[in-house]
Amino acid sequence: MNFMFRSRWWSFGFRSTVMLYFLLLVVIPIIGIYTQSFSLGWKPFYESVSDPLAWKAVLLTVKLAFIAAVINILIGTMIGWTLNRYKFAGRRLLNSLVDLPFALPTAVGGLMILLLLGPNSFVGNIADKLGFQIVFHEPAIVVAMIFVTFPFVIRAVQPLLEEMDKSEEEAAYTMGASKTKTFLQIIFPSMLPGVLSGGMLAFSRALAEFGAVVLVAGNIPGKTLIASVFIYGEIESDNSQGAAAVSIILLTFSFIILWIVSRVQARRSSK
Amino acid sequence: MKKLWIPLTYSIFLILIIVPLARILTGAWSDGWNGFANALSRPEALHALLMTGLITIVVTIINTLFGVMLSLYLVRAEWLPEKLKQLLNSVLDLPFAVSPVIGGLMIVLLLGPNTALGALLNDVGISIVYAFPGMVIATLFVTFPMMVREIMPVLQEIGTSQEEAASTLGAYSWYTFWQVTWPAIRWGVIYGVVLTVARCLGEFGAVLVVSGNIINKTQTATTLVYQDVENFNVTAANGVALVLAAVSVGLLLLMEWAKKRKEVH
Repeated sequence: MNFMFRSRWWSFGFRSTVMLYFLLLVVIPIIGIYTQSFSLGWKPFYESVSDPLAWKAVLLTVKLAFIAAVINILIGTMIGWTLNRYKFAGRRLLNSLVDLPFALPTAVGGLMILLLLGPNSFVGNIADKLGFQIVFHEPAIVVAMIFVTFPFVIRAVQPLLEEMDKSEEEAAYTMGASKTKTFLQIIFPSMLPGVLSGGMLAFSRALAEFGAVVLVAGNIPGKTLIASVFIYGEIESDNSQGAAAVSIILLTFSFIILWIVSRVQARRSSK
Repeated sequence: MKKLWIPLTYSIFLILIIVPLARILTGAWSDGWNGFANALSRPEALHALLMTGLITIVVTIINTLFGVMLSLYLVRAEWLPEKLKQLLNSVLDLPFAVSPVIGGLMIVLLLGPNTALGALLNDVGISIVYAFPGMVIATLFVTFPMMVREIMPVLQEIGTSQEEAASTLGAYSWYTFWQVTWPAIRWGVIYGVVLTVARCLGEFGAVLVVSGNIINKTQTATTLVYQDVENFNVTAANGVALVLAAVSVGLLLLMEWAKKRKEVH
Protein backbone atom coordinates (compact mmCIF):
# COMPACT_ATOMS: atom_id res chain seq x y z
CA MET A 1 0.00 0.00 0.00
CA ASN A 2 2.75 2.33 0.96
CA PHE A 3 4.54 1.57 -2.29
CA MET A 4 1.46 2.28 -4.36
CA PHE A 5 0.89 5.54 -2.58
CA ARG A 6 4.41 6.58 -3.30
CA SER A 7 4.32 5.55 -6.93
CA ARG A 8 1.10 7.49 -7.43
CA TRP A 9 2.72 10.61 -6.09
CA TRP A 10 5.66 10.00 -8.30
CA SER A 11 3.57 9.73 -11.43
CA PHE A 12 1.53 12.75 -10.41
CA GLY A 13 4.77 14.68 -10.04
CA PHE A 14 6.00 13.56 -13.43
CA ARG A 15 2.77 14.46 -15.13
CA SER A 16 2.60 17.93 -13.66
CA THR A 17 6.25 18.62 -14.43
CA VAL A 18 5.94 17.60 -18.07
CA MET A 19 2.71 19.50 -18.61
CA LEU A 20 4.05 22.57 -16.83
CA TYR A 21 7.16 22.45 -18.98
CA PHE A 22 5.03 22.29 -22.11
CA LEU A 23 2.91 25.19 -20.91
CA LEU A 24 5.83 27.38 -19.87
CA LEU A 25 8.01 26.73 -22.89
CA VAL A 26 5.48 26.89 -25.71
CA VAL A 27 2.09 28.21 -24.68
CA ILE A 28 3.00 31.10 -22.36
CA PRO A 29 5.53 32.72 -24.75
CA ILE A 30 3.03 32.72 -27.60
CA ILE A 31 0.33 34.25 -25.42
CA GLY A 32 2.95 36.69 -24.15
CA ILE A 33 3.78 38.00 -27.59
CA TYR A 34 0.14 38.57 -28.48
CA THR A 35 -0.48 40.48 -25.26
CA GLN A 36 2.74 42.47 -25.62
CA SER A 37 1.79 43.76 -29.07
CA PHE A 38 -1.42 45.19 -27.62
CA SER A 39 0.26 46.22 -24.37
CA LEU A 40 -0.08 49.90 -25.19
CA GLY A 41 -3.57 49.55 -26.62
CA TRP A 42 -4.94 49.42 -30.14
CA LYS A 43 -3.53 52.68 -31.38
CA PRO A 44 0.19 51.99 -31.00
CA PHE A 45 -0.44 48.54 -32.44
CA TYR A 46 -2.09 50.07 -35.47
CA GLU A 47 0.68 52.64 -35.75
CA SER A 48 3.48 50.09 -35.68
CA VAL A 49 1.73 47.90 -38.20
CA SER A 50 0.80 50.72 -40.54
CA ASP A 51 4.34 52.09 -40.58
CA PRO A 52 5.18 51.99 -44.31
CA LEU A 53 8.53 50.29 -43.66
CA ALA A 54 6.82 47.54 -41.67
CA TRP A 55 4.16 47.07 -44.33
CA LYS A 56 6.68 46.96 -47.12
CA ALA A 57 8.77 44.42 -45.22
CA VAL A 58 5.77 42.13 -44.68
CA LEU A 59 4.58 42.44 -48.29
CA LEU A 60 8.07 41.84 -49.65
CA THR A 61 8.42 38.76 -47.48
CA VAL A 62 5.08 37.35 -48.61
CA LYS A 63 5.89 38.04 -52.26
CA LEU A 64 9.37 36.50 -52.20
CA ALA A 65 8.29 33.54 -50.07
CA PHE A 66 5.52 32.88 -52.56
CA ILE A 67 7.94 32.93 -55.51
CA ALA A 68 10.30 30.62 -53.63
CA ALA A 69 7.45 28.23 -52.77
CA VAL A 70 6.28 28.07 -56.40
CA ILE A 71 9.78 27.35 -57.67
CA ASN A 72 10.15 24.74 -54.95
CA ILE A 73 6.88 23.11 -55.93
CA LEU A 74 8.10 22.79 -59.52
CA ILE A 75 11.56 21.45 -58.83
CA GLY A 76 10.42 19.48 -55.78
CA THR A 77 7.70 17.63 -57.66
CA MET A 78 10.14 16.83 -60.44
CA ILE A 79 12.89 15.64 -58.11
CA GLY A 80 10.51 13.60 -55.96
CA TRP A 81 9.22 11.95 -59.10
CA THR A 82 12.66 11.26 -60.56
CA LEU A 83 14.07 9.90 -57.32
CA ASN A 84 11.15 7.52 -56.84
CA ARG A 85 10.47 6.34 -60.35
CA TYR A 86 13.80 6.01 -62.08
CA LYS A 87 16.75 3.85 -61.18
CA PHE A 88 20.05 5.49 -61.90
CA ALA A 89 23.56 5.71 -60.53
CA GLY A 90 23.81 7.95 -57.49
CA ARG A 91 20.09 7.92 -56.74
CA ARG A 92 20.53 6.97 -53.10
CA LEU A 93 23.23 9.57 -52.60
CA LEU A 94 20.99 12.29 -54.03
CA ASN A 95 18.13 11.06 -51.89
CA SER A 96 20.15 11.53 -48.73
CA LEU A 97 21.47 14.90 -49.87
CA VAL A 98 17.89 16.19 -50.02
CA ASP A 99 17.92 16.72 -46.25
CA LEU A 100 21.15 18.69 -46.21
CA PRO A 101 19.48 22.12 -46.09
CA PHE A 102 17.70 21.00 -42.90
CA ALA A 103 20.89 19.76 -41.32
CA LEU A 104 23.03 22.71 -42.32
CA PRO A 105 22.99 25.84 -40.13
CA THR A 106 21.07 28.54 -41.99
CA ALA A 107 23.85 31.05 -41.43
CA VAL A 108 26.21 28.69 -43.26
CA GLY A 109 23.65 28.44 -46.06
CA GLY A 110 23.61 32.22 -46.32
CA LEU A 111 27.39 32.36 -46.40
CA MET A 112 27.45 29.80 -49.21
CA ILE A 113 25.12 31.90 -51.32
CA LEU A 114 27.13 35.02 -50.57
CA LEU A 115 30.33 33.31 -51.68
CA LEU A 116 28.83 31.84 -54.84
CA LEU A 117 26.82 34.78 -56.09
CA GLY A 118 28.42 37.71 -54.33
CA PRO A 119 30.74 40.38 -55.67
CA ASN A 120 34.02 39.00 -57.04
CA SER A 121 32.47 35.59 -57.60
CA PHE A 122 32.16 34.02 -61.04
CA VAL A 123 28.38 34.25 -61.23
CA GLY A 124 28.34 37.68 -59.61
CA ASN A 125 30.74 39.05 -62.23
CA ILE A 126 28.72 37.68 -65.13
CA ALA A 127 25.50 39.10 -63.71
CA ASP A 128 27.26 42.41 -63.16
CA LYS A 129 28.33 42.56 -66.81
CA LEU A 130 24.81 41.77 -67.92
CA GLY A 131 23.64 44.65 -65.80
CA PHE A 132 21.70 43.06 -63.00
CA GLN A 133 22.58 42.34 -59.42
CA ILE A 134 21.92 39.27 -57.34
CA VAL A 135 23.38 39.60 -53.89
CA PHE A 136 21.90 42.32 -51.66
CA HIS A 137 18.88 42.35 -53.97
CA GLU A 138 15.68 40.35 -54.28
CA PRO A 139 17.05 37.42 -56.33
CA ALA A 140 19.48 36.48 -53.57
CA ILE A 141 16.66 36.45 -51.00
CA VAL A 142 14.64 34.11 -53.19
CA VAL A 143 17.66 31.84 -53.69
CA ALA A 144 18.22 31.73 -49.92
CA MET A 145 14.56 30.88 -49.34
CA ILE A 146 14.62 28.15 -51.99
CA PHE A 147 17.72 26.66 -50.43
CA VAL A 148 16.37 26.40 -46.89
CA THR A 149 12.95 25.07 -47.95
CA PHE A 150 14.27 22.70 -50.61
CA PRO A 151 13.42 19.40 -48.82
CA PHE A 152 9.76 20.14 -47.97
CA VAL A 153 8.01 19.38 -51.27
CA ILE A 154 10.24 16.41 -52.10
CA ARG A 155 9.68 14.81 -48.71
CA ALA A 156 5.93 15.41 -48.92
CA VAL A 157 5.60 13.95 -52.41
CA GLN A 158 7.73 10.84 -51.97
CA PRO A 159 5.50 8.84 -49.59
CA LEU A 160 2.51 9.47 -51.85
CA LEU A 161 4.38 8.15 -54.86
CA GLU A 162 5.38 5.08 -52.89
CA GLU A 163 1.84 4.34 -51.74
CA MET A 164 0.34 4.90 -55.15
CA ASP A 165 -1.58 2.09 -56.72
CA LYS A 166 0.25 1.16 -59.90
CA SER A 167 -2.73 -0.62 -61.41
CA GLU A 168 -4.59 2.60 -62.24
CA GLU A 169 -1.58 3.88 -64.06
CA GLU A 170 -1.15 0.63 -65.95
CA ALA A 171 -4.82 0.56 -66.81
CA ALA A 172 -4.51 4.02 -68.32
CA TYR A 173 -1.58 2.90 -70.46
CA THR A 174 -3.37 -0.25 -71.60
CA MET A 175 -6.32 1.82 -72.66
CA GLY A 176 -4.01 3.79 -74.86
CA ALA A 177 -3.52 6.99 -72.88
CA SER A 178 -0.32 8.86 -73.63
CA LYS A 179 2.34 9.30 -70.97
CA THR A 180 1.57 12.97 -70.52
CA LYS A 181 -2.14 12.33 -70.25
CA THR A 182 -1.62 9.55 -67.71
CA PHE A 183 0.62 11.78 -65.67
CA LEU A 184 -1.80 14.69 -65.66
CA GLN A 185 -4.96 12.68 -65.05
CA ILE A 186 -3.86 9.75 -62.89
CA ILE A 187 -0.51 10.41 -61.29
CA PHE A 188 -0.57 14.12 -60.62
CA PRO A 189 -3.93 14.16 -58.79
CA SER A 190 -2.65 11.61 -56.30
CA MET A 191 0.54 13.61 -55.79
CA LEU A 192 -1.38 16.83 -55.35
CA PRO A 193 -1.99 16.71 -51.56
CA GLY A 194 1.74 16.24 -51.02
CA VAL A 195 2.62 18.98 -53.47
CA LEU A 196 0.22 21.37 -51.76
CA SER A 197 1.08 20.62 -48.15
CA GLY A 198 4.81 20.56 -48.95
CA GLY A 199 4.46 23.83 -50.82
CA MET A 200 2.60 25.45 -47.94
CA LEU A 201 5.15 24.28 -45.40
CA ALA A 202 7.88 25.67 -47.63
CA PHE A 203 5.98 28.94 -47.86
CA SER A 204 5.57 29.28 -44.11
CA ARG A 205 9.20 28.38 -43.51
CA ALA A 206 10.29 30.93 -46.13
CA LEU A 207 8.18 33.58 -44.39
CA ALA A 208 10.00 32.88 -41.15
CA GLU A 209 13.51 32.52 -42.54
CA PHE A 210 16.12 34.73 -40.97
CA GLY A 211 19.65 33.31 -40.88
CA ALA A 212 20.22 32.66 -44.55
CA VAL A 213 18.45 35.82 -45.67
CA VAL A 214 20.04 38.32 -43.29
CA LEU A 215 23.47 37.61 -44.75
CA VAL A 216 22.55 38.04 -48.40
CA ALA A 217 19.71 40.56 -48.38
CA GLY A 218 21.55 43.82 -47.81
CA ASN A 219 18.61 44.76 -45.55
CA ILE A 220 17.83 48.15 -47.07
CA PRO A 221 14.59 49.37 -45.42
CA GLY A 222 11.69 49.45 -47.83
CA LYS A 223 13.66 47.62 -50.52
CA THR A 224 15.33 44.41 -49.40
CA LEU A 225 14.34 44.34 -45.75
CA ILE A 226 12.20 41.29 -45.03
CA ALA A 227 9.88 40.93 -42.06
CA SER A 228 12.05 38.81 -39.78
CA VAL A 229 15.03 41.13 -40.29
CA PHE A 230 12.75 44.10 -39.66
CA ILE A 231 11.68 42.51 -36.38
CA TYR A 232 15.31 41.93 -35.45
CA GLY A 233 16.06 45.61 -36.15
CA GLU A 234 13.16 46.70 -33.94
CA ILE A 235 14.40 44.50 -31.11
CA GLU A 236 17.90 45.94 -31.45
CA SER A 237 16.53 49.47 -31.26
CA ASP A 238 14.57 48.51 -28.13
CA ASN A 239 11.13 48.89 -29.66
CA SER A 240 9.74 45.61 -28.39
CA GLN A 241 6.11 46.61 -28.87
CA GLY A 242 6.68 47.37 -32.56
CA ALA A 243 8.61 44.14 -32.99
CA ALA A 244 5.79 42.19 -31.34
CA ALA A 245 3.15 43.88 -33.51
CA VAL A 246 4.83 42.84 -36.76
CA SER A 247 5.59 39.44 -35.26
CA ILE A 248 1.97 38.60 -34.62
CA ILE A 249 1.02 39.38 -38.22
CA LEU A 250 3.68 36.95 -39.39
CA LEU A 251 2.75 34.44 -36.67
CA THR A 252 -0.96 34.50 -37.38
CA PHE A 253 -0.21 33.95 -41.04
CA SER A 254 2.01 30.93 -40.28
CA PHE A 255 -0.49 29.48 -37.81
CA ILE A 256 -3.25 29.61 -40.42
CA ILE A 257 -1.03 27.85 -42.94
CA LEU A 258 -0.04 25.21 -40.40
CA TRP A 259 -3.68 24.66 -39.53
CA ILE A 260 -4.63 24.18 -43.20
CA VAL A 261 -1.78 21.72 -43.70
CA SER A 262 -2.82 19.68 -40.67
CA ARG A 263 -6.42 19.63 -41.93
CA VAL A 264 -5.27 18.41 -45.35
CA GLN A 265 -3.17 15.70 -43.71
CA ALA A 266 -5.94 14.68 -41.35
CA ARG A 267 -8.34 14.29 -44.25
CA ARG A 268 -5.85 12.15 -46.08
CA SER A 269 -5.23 9.82 -43.16
CA SER A 270 -8.95 9.44 -42.45
CA LYS A 271 -9.58 8.28 -46.00
CA MET B 1 11.34 11.65 -70.76
CA LYS B 2 13.70 9.73 -68.54
CA LYS B 3 16.62 11.13 -70.51
CA LEU B 4 15.52 14.61 -69.56
CA TRP B 5 14.53 14.23 -65.89
CA ILE B 6 17.64 12.52 -64.57
CA PRO B 7 20.17 15.06 -65.87
CA LEU B 8 17.85 17.86 -64.76
CA THR B 9 17.67 16.42 -61.25
CA TYR B 10 21.42 16.04 -61.17
CA SER B 11 21.97 19.62 -62.27
CA ILE B 12 19.62 21.03 -59.63
CA PHE B 13 21.42 19.09 -56.92
CA LEU B 14 24.74 20.21 -58.33
CA ILE B 15 23.79 23.89 -58.37
CA LEU B 16 21.81 24.02 -55.15
CA ILE B 17 23.69 21.61 -52.87
CA ILE B 18 26.98 20.26 -54.13
CA VAL B 19 28.60 23.40 -55.54
CA PRO B 20 27.76 25.50 -52.44
CA LEU B 21 29.22 22.80 -50.17
CA ALA B 22 32.36 22.65 -52.27
CA ARG B 23 32.60 26.43 -52.19
CA ILE B 24 32.65 26.47 -48.37
CA LEU B 25 35.39 23.86 -48.48
CA THR B 26 37.58 25.80 -50.89
CA GLY B 27 36.72 29.14 -49.30
CA ALA B 28 38.07 28.06 -45.95
CA TRP B 29 41.41 27.19 -47.57
CA SER B 30 41.69 30.31 -49.71
CA ASP B 31 44.50 31.57 -47.47
CA GLY B 32 46.00 28.12 -47.15
CA TRP B 33 46.18 25.98 -44.05
CA ASN B 34 47.32 28.94 -41.99
CA GLY B 35 44.24 30.96 -42.80
CA PHE B 36 42.02 28.10 -41.71
CA ALA B 37 44.04 27.39 -38.57
CA ASN B 38 44.10 31.07 -37.64
CA ALA B 39 40.37 31.40 -38.13
CA LEU B 40 39.73 28.54 -35.76
CA SER B 41 42.38 29.26 -33.17
CA ARG B 42 41.11 32.75 -32.46
CA PRO B 43 40.00 32.82 -28.82
CA GLU B 44 36.53 34.00 -29.84
CA ALA B 45 36.19 31.11 -32.28
CA LEU B 46 37.18 28.56 -29.65
CA HIS B 47 34.81 30.15 -27.16
CA ALA B 48 31.98 30.25 -29.69
CA LEU B 49 32.42 26.58 -30.56
CA LEU B 50 32.51 25.73 -26.85
CA MET B 51 29.26 27.65 -26.28
CA THR B 52 27.58 25.87 -29.17
CA GLY B 53 28.78 22.53 -27.82
CA LEU B 54 27.52 23.25 -24.31
CA ILE B 55 24.12 24.44 -25.52
CA THR B 56 23.82 21.38 -27.72
CA ILE B 57 24.55 19.01 -24.85
CA VAL B 58 22.22 20.65 -22.33
CA VAL B 59 19.37 21.11 -24.81
CA THR B 60 19.62 17.61 -26.22
CA ILE B 61 19.45 16.03 -22.77
CA ILE B 62 16.48 18.11 -21.60
CA ASN B 63 14.65 17.82 -24.90
CA THR B 64 15.10 14.05 -25.01
CA LEU B 65 13.84 13.48 -21.47
CA PHE B 66 10.81 15.70 -21.77
CA GLY B 67 10.17 14.66 -25.37
CA VAL B 68 9.96 10.97 -24.49
CA MET B 69 7.70 11.59 -21.50
CA LEU B 70 5.45 14.02 -23.30
CA SER B 71 4.95 11.70 -26.26
CA LEU B 72 4.14 8.84 -23.88
CA TYR B 73 1.52 11.02 -22.22
CA LEU B 74 0.08 12.37 -25.46
CA VAL B 75 -0.35 8.90 -26.91
CA ARG B 76 -1.08 6.76 -23.86
CA ALA B 77 -2.36 8.80 -20.95
CA GLU B 78 -5.87 8.00 -19.87
CA TRP B 79 -6.00 10.94 -17.48
CA LEU B 80 -6.01 13.38 -20.39
CA PRO B 81 -9.35 13.89 -22.15
CA GLU B 82 -9.20 13.08 -25.87
CA LYS B 83 -10.10 16.65 -26.88
CA LEU B 84 -7.31 18.10 -24.78
CA LYS B 85 -4.86 15.66 -26.30
CA GLN B 86 -5.81 16.81 -29.77
CA LEU B 87 -5.43 20.43 -28.76
CA LEU B 88 -1.99 19.83 -27.22
CA ASN B 89 -1.06 17.88 -30.29
CA SER B 90 -1.66 20.84 -32.55
CA VAL B 91 -0.07 23.34 -30.15
CA LEU B 92 3.01 21.15 -30.24
CA ASP B 93 3.84 22.13 -33.82
CA LEU B 94 3.70 25.86 -33.20
CA PRO B 95 7.44 26.31 -32.62
CA PHE B 96 7.97 25.08 -36.20
CA ALA B 97 5.78 27.88 -37.50
CA VAL B 98 7.37 30.60 -35.38
CA SER B 99 10.22 32.51 -36.97
CA PRO B 100 13.33 31.97 -34.82
CA VAL B 101 13.68 35.72 -34.35
CA ILE B 102 10.16 35.83 -32.95
CA GLY B 103 11.00 32.87 -30.71
CA GLY B 104 13.89 34.87 -29.31
CA LEU B 105 11.71 37.96 -28.95
CA MET B 106 9.20 36.00 -26.88
CA ILE B 107 11.86 35.08 -24.37
CA VAL B 108 13.19 38.64 -24.19
CA LEU B 109 9.62 39.88 -23.65
CA LEU B 110 8.94 37.42 -20.84
CA LEU B 111 12.28 37.25 -19.10
CA GLY B 112 14.19 40.31 -20.28
CA PRO B 113 15.75 42.79 -17.83
CA ASN B 114 12.75 45.15 -18.18
CA THR B 115 10.14 42.59 -17.16
CA ALA B 116 8.92 41.82 -13.67
CA LEU B 117 10.20 38.27 -13.71
CA GLY B 118 13.51 39.25 -15.24
CA ALA B 119 14.08 42.00 -12.68
CA LEU B 120 13.21 39.64 -9.86
CA LEU B 121 15.68 37.04 -11.08
CA ASN B 122 18.27 39.73 -11.62
CA ASP B 123 17.98 40.76 -7.99
CA VAL B 124 18.68 37.21 -6.95
CA GLY B 125 21.70 37.29 -9.22
CA ILE B 126 20.45 35.12 -12.06
CA SER B 127 20.49 36.66 -15.49
CA ILE B 128 18.63 34.81 -18.19
CA VAL B 129 18.54 37.04 -21.22
CA TYR B 130 21.97 37.89 -22.64
CA ALA B 131 23.30 34.87 -20.76
CA PHE B 132 23.58 31.12 -21.07
CA PRO B 133 20.17 30.13 -19.57
CA GLY B 134 18.30 32.31 -22.06
CA MET B 135 20.17 30.76 -24.95
CA VAL B 136 19.30 27.30 -23.70
CA ILE B 137 15.63 28.23 -23.34
CA ALA B 138 15.57 29.71 -26.85
CA THR B 139 17.09 26.57 -28.33
CA LEU B 140 14.73 24.38 -26.31
CA PHE B 141 11.82 26.31 -27.75
CA VAL B 142 12.89 25.80 -31.37
CA THR B 143 13.77 22.15 -30.97
CA PHE B 144 10.75 21.29 -28.84
CA PRO B 145 8.59 19.43 -31.40
CA MET B 146 11.40 17.40 -32.96
CA MET B 147 11.67 14.56 -30.46
CA VAL B 148 7.93 14.24 -29.89
CA ARG B 149 7.16 14.17 -33.60
CA GLU B 150 9.59 11.28 -34.07
CA ILE B 151 8.36 9.16 -31.17
CA MET B 152 4.59 9.66 -31.33
CA PRO B 153 4.03 7.82 -34.63
CA VAL B 154 6.08 4.86 -33.38
CA LEU B 155 4.08 4.67 -30.17
CA GLN B 156 0.82 4.86 -32.09
CA GLU B 157 1.95 2.12 -34.41
CA ILE B 158 3.07 -0.41 -31.83
CA GLY B 159 -0.18 -0.13 -29.89
CA THR B 160 -0.64 -1.02 -26.27
CA SER B 161 -1.10 -4.79 -26.32
CA GLN B 162 2.49 -5.69 -25.44
CA GLU B 163 2.67 -3.12 -22.67
CA GLU B 164 -0.66 -4.29 -21.26
CA ALA B 165 0.52 -7.87 -21.36
CA ALA B 166 3.63 -6.90 -19.45
CA SER B 167 1.74 -5.05 -16.75
CA THR B 168 -0.89 -7.80 -16.40
CA LEU B 169 1.95 -10.17 -15.82
CA GLY B 170 2.90 -7.92 -12.94
CA ALA B 171 5.75 -5.87 -14.33
CA TYR B 172 6.27 -2.47 -12.73
CA SER B 173 5.74 0.50 -14.98
CA TRP B 174 9.44 1.35 -15.12
CA TYR B 175 10.23 -2.22 -15.89
CA THR B 176 7.58 -2.28 -18.62
CA PHE B 177 9.00 0.88 -20.08
CA TRP B 178 12.57 -0.38 -20.30
CA GLN B 179 11.73 -3.90 -21.41
CA VAL B 180 8.82 -3.32 -23.76
CA THR B 181 8.40 0.29 -24.81
CA TRP B 182 12.00 1.41 -25.02
CA PRO B 183 13.21 -1.24 -27.49
CA ALA B 184 10.38 -0.24 -29.82
CA ILE B 185 10.94 3.50 -29.73
CA ARG B 186 14.73 3.35 -29.46
CA TRP B 187 15.52 4.19 -33.08
CA GLY B 188 12.92 6.90 -33.16
CA VAL B 189 14.60 8.49 -30.13
CA ILE B 190 18.04 8.23 -31.71
CA TYR B 191 16.73 9.82 -34.89
CA GLY B 192 15.14 12.58 -32.81
CA VAL B 193 18.41 13.16 -30.96
CA VAL B 194 20.28 13.56 -34.25
CA LEU B 195 17.69 16.04 -35.51
CA THR B 196 17.84 17.97 -32.24
CA VAL B 197 21.64 18.13 -32.31
CA ALA B 198 21.58 19.38 -35.90
CA ARG B 199 19.07 22.08 -35.03
CA CYS B 200 20.99 23.13 -31.89
CA LEU B 201 24.22 23.54 -33.82
CA GLY B 202 22.52 25.52 -36.50
CA GLU B 203 20.20 27.67 -34.42
CA PHE B 204 20.84 31.28 -35.24
CA GLY B 205 17.92 33.69 -35.15
CA ALA B 206 16.56 32.90 -31.68
CA VAL B 207 20.00 32.69 -30.12
CA LEU B 208 21.12 35.93 -31.78
CA VAL B 209 18.22 37.83 -30.24
CA VAL B 210 18.49 36.29 -26.80
CA SER B 211 22.28 36.25 -26.48
CA GLY B 212 22.97 39.79 -27.61
CA ASN B 213 25.94 38.22 -29.45
CA ILE B 214 28.53 39.36 -26.93
CA ILE B 215 31.97 38.30 -28.07
CA ASN B 216 33.74 35.77 -25.83
CA LYS B 217 30.67 35.61 -23.64
CA THR B 218 27.46 34.62 -25.35
CA GLN B 219 28.65 34.24 -28.92
CA THR B 220 27.91 30.90 -30.57
CA ALA B 221 29.44 29.44 -33.71
CA THR B 222 26.63 30.58 -35.99
CA THR B 223 26.48 34.09 -34.57
CA LEU B 224 30.27 34.30 -34.94
CA VAL B 225 29.92 33.43 -38.64
CA TYR B 226 27.37 36.23 -38.91
CA GLN B 227 29.64 38.71 -37.17
CA ASP B 228 32.63 37.74 -39.31
CA VAL B 229 30.64 38.25 -42.49
CA GLU B 230 29.41 41.63 -41.24
CA ASN B 231 33.04 42.57 -40.59
CA PHE B 232 34.01 41.44 -44.12
CA ASN B 233 36.25 38.80 -42.63
CA VAL B 234 35.02 36.14 -45.04
CA THR B 235 37.92 33.71 -44.72
CA ALA B 236 37.48 33.53 -40.96
CA ALA B 237 33.73 33.07 -41.38
CA ASN B 238 34.49 30.27 -43.80
CA GLY B 239 36.71 28.45 -41.34
CA VAL B 240 33.98 28.29 -38.68
CA ALA B 241 31.33 27.56 -41.30
CA LEU B 242 33.37 24.65 -42.59
CA VAL B 243 33.47 23.09 -39.14
CA LEU B 244 29.69 23.50 -38.84
CA ALA B 245 29.09 22.16 -42.34
CA ALA B 246 31.32 19.14 -41.70
CA VAL B 247 29.38 18.30 -38.54
CA SER B 248 26.10 18.71 -40.43
CA VAL B 249 27.21 16.32 -43.15
CA GLY B 250 28.28 13.86 -40.46
CA LEU B 251 24.87 14.19 -38.79
CA LEU B 252 23.19 13.65 -42.15
CA LEU B 253 25.04 10.36 -42.56
CA LEU B 254 24.00 9.40 -39.04
CA MET B 255 20.39 10.27 -39.90
CA GLU B 256 20.48 7.99 -42.93
CA TRP B 257 21.82 5.19 -40.77
CA ALA B 258 19.23 5.74 -38.04
CA LYS B 259 16.47 5.90 -40.64
CA LYS B 260 17.47 2.54 -42.02
CA ARG B 261 17.56 0.99 -38.56
CA LYS B 262 14.21 2.56 -37.74
CA GLU B 263 12.62 0.96 -40.79
CA VAL B 264 13.87 -2.46 -39.77
CA HIS B 265 11.87 -2.27 -36.56
